Amino acid sequence: MIEILQSIIPTALFYSAPLIFTALGGVFSERSGVVNIGLEGLMVMGAFVGIVFNLAFADVLGAWTPWISIIIAIIIGALFSIIHAVASVSFRANQVVSGVAINFLALGIGVFLTKQWYGKGQTDMVSEPFYTTNIPLLSDIPIIGPMFFKSMYLTSYLAIILAFIAWYILYKTPFGLRLRAVGEHPMAADTNGISVYKMRYIAVIISGGLGGLGGSVFALTIASNFSQSTIVGQGFMALAAVIFGKWHPLGAMGAALFFGFAQSLSVVSASIPFLADVPQVFLLIAPYVLTILALAGFIGRADAPRANGEPYIKGTR
Amino acid sequence: MTTNRLISILIPIISVILGLIAGAIIMLISGHNPIEGYAALWNGAFGDQYTLGETIRRTTPYIFTGLAVAFAFRSGLFNIGAEGQVMVGWLAAVWVGLAVDAPMYIHLPLALITAAAAGAVWGFVPGLLKAKLGVHEVIVTIMMNYIALYSMNAIIRNVLTEKKTTTAEIHGSASLASEWLQSITYFSRMHYGILIALFAAIIMWFIIQRTSIGYELKAVGFNRHASKYAGMNVSKNIILSMVIAGAFAGLGGAMEGLGTYGTVSVMSGFTNLGFDGIAVALLGGNNAFGVVLAAILFGALKEGAGQMPTGAGVPTELVDIIIALIILFVASSYIIRWALLRFKKEGK
Repeated sequence: MIEILQSIIPTALFYSAPLIFTALGGVFSERSGVVNIGLEGLMVMGAFVGIVFNLAFADVLGAWTPWISIIIAIIIGALFSIIHAVASVSFRANQVVSGVAINFLALGIGVFLTKQWYGKGQTDMVSEPFYTTNIPLLSDIPIIGPMFFKSMYLTSYLAIILAFIAWYILYKTPFGLRLRAVGEHPMAADTNGISVYKMRYIAVIISGGLGGLGGSVFALTIASNFSQSTIVGQGFMALAAVIFGKWHPLGAMGAALFFGFAQSLSVVSASIPFLADVPQVFLLIAPYVLTILALAGFIGRADAPRANGEPYIKGTR
Repeated sequence: MTTNRLISILIPIISVILGLIAGAIIMLISGHNPIEGYAALWNGAFGDQYTLGETIRRTTPYIFTGLAVAFAFRSGLFNIGAEGQVMVGWLAAVWVGLAVDAPMYIHLPLALITAAAAGAVWGFVPGLLKAKLGVHEVIVTIMMNYIALYSMNAIIRNVLTEKKTTTAEIHGSASLASEWLQSITYFSRMHYGILIALFAAIIMWFIIQRTSIGYELKAVGFNRHASKYAGMNVSKNIILSMVIAGAFAGLGGAMEGLGTYGTVSVMSGFTNLGFDGIAVALLGGNNAFGVVLAAILFGALKEGAGQMPTGAGVPTELVDIIIALIILFVASSYIIRWALLRFKKEGK
């Protein structure tokens, strides 16, 4: 049993890190009242930028390349998400539609530029991806050490730490209170002197940065190159984690960890006795079926922020 | 009223023009000749009988997925699940095409009805959850898409074939392919599905505009509470709307299964027919006639894109960027409307 856990847990953490980052982005955006179906596109952008930057600067930056790559991906993701913010906050576009457009646009731009710059449908493999490390001392602890601290990606820890930071920001700071207020009752927030548009812009841009981070981490830990099929559904999975986690940063993290766990099960199932006989399709669809069940109230009701999806128009009731 | 109507017709046209201009600018920046690029696009879509046939072939499922999204939109529902509904419809159509042996006048309708039913079931689940438990249909339909994708792959691998990635060809008696249509279009894959698609558009128009069912569906879309107060069964209408939408998308899948390919294959990702259907519906103003026009535009863009790399050295993805921008522009119609009204005022 311990051996099984020792093989599942690192894989689960490895698969969930990109989902956690992106889902946290989704929490910020949706808490401010902007639905973000575009998470998928933001991840595509992040993956594309992360890989391209890594390929271009690996010679110069050496071992620091992946870290700087993800920072650049955060910046480009944030900038890219401004399109979604402008459309859905200022231009009062249907937020779901705008998000769908973001998804098309990111993939279009990513693959277009890949073909333009590399002359083929996919980039080369990066030479400086993230590598696993053993945490000194901690990895020597019996049982727990190999489970949580041996051959781990530092980005997995970063994801978990970031979830707590997001929770702190959203629930323990005035900024977080304002952001949530804007998503629950924008008119009341506006009356209290909070700029609804500004808060929503900030929230969407944060979600863009985190989506970019999630995409680049996925690309630099799991995929190692960029093509049409690098990001297929991870963004939607992150969106599901947001809802499954009831729009709460720690809930979203938990949901993302669970999805990562489910994914890792379908990867390592062959080596686990009682799972080897389960047809893989059931493990593949499990996260989605569970999300539907969760939404249907079997795992507790999930209430969206009240003003989620509604453009705020000053002066209307 | 007349200006409003005019503006709602102008918005999609302006959006398309803006999208194409943006595409031209992107081509200029990336060092391609936009005139050559668009000439290649035009030739790729309408250059000869073959490309024309292929454009029609590509338009056919877009009409169905466009209708599927538009129909749900009319009752205030956002059907992102057309993608999954297409896949189950495709699978069901091919399954019947392979498993049943019957004369054409039974076999083909049976395959089509099964595909529509499969899509309808895929629409029923989110409809039911929305109606009875208030679960947002967007999320459920997204989840249903993945369930469709993985289940379909598993069924193809384990039930329809023995660990293969593509099924056998369906029996001729279930096929929509037509030698006559192929012969007049230099052997394109054009098939009779286009007629069914146009017929479906007429049916949607008829249901929405000429029946009390359609009236109720629209009423629920406009104001759920008022409809309830007026004595309509809101839950029933939500479910019905998703079921009909799902059936349209399922038929769209059948077009691919019975017409274009005659098989179904394991897929690594989505077909994008359903997602493109969202764009088609939006551009078509969620109106049956508009959907047909928008589907033709998208069919032509997607088909013509194939010619762009060889004709002008432009990657095909340019068309995806253009489509994304068109959706963004249509979605941001508030600002276009504002600009148009402003322009008009100043003209006076």
